[in-house]
Amino acid sequence: MRLNGRFGRFGGCFVPEILVPALEQLEAAFLAAQEDAEFAAELNNLLANYAGRPTPLTRCRNLPGNIYLKREDLLHGGAHKTNQVLGQGLLAKRMGKPRLIAETGAGQHGVATAIVGALLGFETVIYMGAEDVERQKLNVFRMQLMGAKVVPVESGGRTLKDAINEALRDWSASFETTHYLLGTAAGPHPFPTMVREFQRVIGREARAQILEQLGRLPDVAIACVGGGSNAIGLFADFLDDDVRLIGVEPAGKGLDGPEHGATLLRGRPGILHGAETYLLHDEDGQVADTWSVSAGLDYPAVGPEHAHLKESGRAEYFGCTDTDALEAFKKLAESEGILCAFESAHALAHALKLAKEDPDAAILVGLSGRGDKDVAQARALLA
Amino acid sequence: MSRYAAMFERLGEEGAFGAFVMLGDPDLHASAAVLEVLVDGGADMIEVGIPFSDPVADGPVIQAAASRALAAGVRVSDCFDLIAGFRARHPQVPVGILTYANIVRARAGFMRDAAEAGADSLLIADVPTLEAEPFVREMEQAGLEPVLIAAPNTPDAALGQVAKLSKAYTYCVSRAGITGTHEGGRFDSRLVERLCGLDAPPQVFGFGISKPEHVRAALAAGAKGVICGSAIVESLALGEDVTQLVRSLKGATRERLAAAMD
Repeated sequence: MRLNGRFGRFGGCFVPEILVPALEQLEAAFLAAQEDAEFAAELNNLLANYAGRPTPLTRCRNLPGNIYLKREDLLHGGAHKTNQVLGQGLLAKRMGKPRLIAETGAGQHGVATAIVGALLGFETVIYMGAEDVERQKLNVFRMQLMGAKVVPVESGGRTLKDAINEALRDWSASFETTHYLLGTAAGPHPFPTMVREFQRVIGREARAQILEQLGRLPDVAIACVGGGSNAIGLFADFLDDDVRLIGVEPAGKGLDGPEHGATLLRGRPGILHGAETYLLHDEDGQVADTWSVSAGLDYPAVGPEHAHLKESGRAEYFGCTDTDALEAFKKLAESEGILCAFESAHALAHALKLAKEDPDAAILVGLSGRGDKDVAQARALLA
Repeated sequence: MSRYAAMFERLGEEGAFGAFVMLGDPDLHASAAVLEVLVDGGADMIEVGIPFSDPVADGPVIQAAASRALAAGVRVSDCFDLIAGFRARHPQVPVGILTYANIVRARAGFMRDAAEAGADSLLIADVPTLEAEPFVREMEQAGLEPVLIAAPNTPDAALGQVAKLSKAYTYCVSRAGITGTHEGGRFDSRLVERLCGLDAPPQVFGFGISKPEHVRAALAAGAKGVICGSAIVESLALGEDVTQLVRSLKGATRERLAAAMD
């Protein structure tokens, strides 16, 4: 490896020996692409003319305080995920690999991977926990419409964590012809770095847009954190600025019980899915089952750069319960006419709290995705 | 001399047969009895898994074994107790632990307690050579012999590290992918030669060893031994007596010796 793949004491490359050459090949392809103007031109063309970048920055008209929404919900595919699947898809082409595999929880990353599979002509296989396949039938059908094969995973708790395990197992036999298109800024090096670089566009645009609209930087930037790709994408270009960075984790049914996914708030360091990072696990190291109303945040680990940003103090992390997220989801719909994803509602809920404390603070919120996928669940929960 | 070194010396031209089971599968009592069956059947070395919730290097058979053990409430300490019980009965049989990095890191005093229980070696499936050094240092301080994995696609520099850091034996995988009984293993004599050239500890093939012909092929490729895991674990899960399976696989390791004496 040419880069060290560490964020402070976190990160690294904890995979079976057999996968190391595949990760080295990926790192080499990524670094070469970073230097290549042609790659940048191709990616930027897709981002602009296919996916719809730049996405708008919307100042809320009716919510209290001074809240700006970075509208990744308006990106093609309905979430920030599309930014990085285009990047990784182009890399897979350059490596000459005809097959993509990916994991998905609620189905957003699976849909994004199916999009790039159709667009760039890959055979695409999506691993999805059998439990999630049952809960997210519409997304399963979306993926199938775009030509992807969805494989239900029956092992473990049959959710996202198990889907990642299964994708890694596939990859250890198939890496010569297959690219593992990991969906977040987690996993073994080089994924956390590569996914951050492909998601950095969120914060880069938001920074320029708020300077133009407000004439200054925001006081705080807030994003939800599951694996952490939308948060790291929003934060990356603000790291050297005097801007508070806040990540919001799913507090589920409350941080005092076991039913949450607040890895950074309630976990401790461990090693899962290729990286040393914060993890929810017991004293023996058995990984816990997690809970969140939002499937996209329902993950027992977190990207290693967030673990480092927490320990270094550069970013702060808070929790938001299912109930508070649902309340924010409803408020945004009623007052701004925007249906956001349950994931993004976690970030918004925290922003509303801060706006109450300081109505003048300029608050930038990463609105990572649209809420269409959550409407049926919202209807059941709010009825 | 370590138990592994003594075993390889005793066996001479005969191949070593390693039998793998998941500790605590399906429960502690049955697991203790299975270890005896393996030795009775002729296993020269015992390789034991300590169950982990997310075993990414394992196929369905060993995943299921880990799930059964965890569902039975088996803790890491229970696994050490099983090893200690086995060690009291069999002072000379080498015992190697195969597990995952998070268990080793998260469970306080893992290496110390493993060594105290009487384990000889430790292989951590998701610690490749490029992350291995701090783990290897700790193993050596605790008195455990490190085992690293060599694959046919491992580049020369990494293979040099495998050779340098491994002590008990070198775990050679016969193919890409995960553990399992499916065919397609290629017992690569080139890999064994490369490791010999690097002065690596004895080469032992794992992955895809379920029949005597696999044992013969692995030894014909120059290996000093084989490890059979999934086939034994699957047979146990079906409620079969594994004695016959172990005997037939062990029997195949003696053929080279018989051929040499002809």
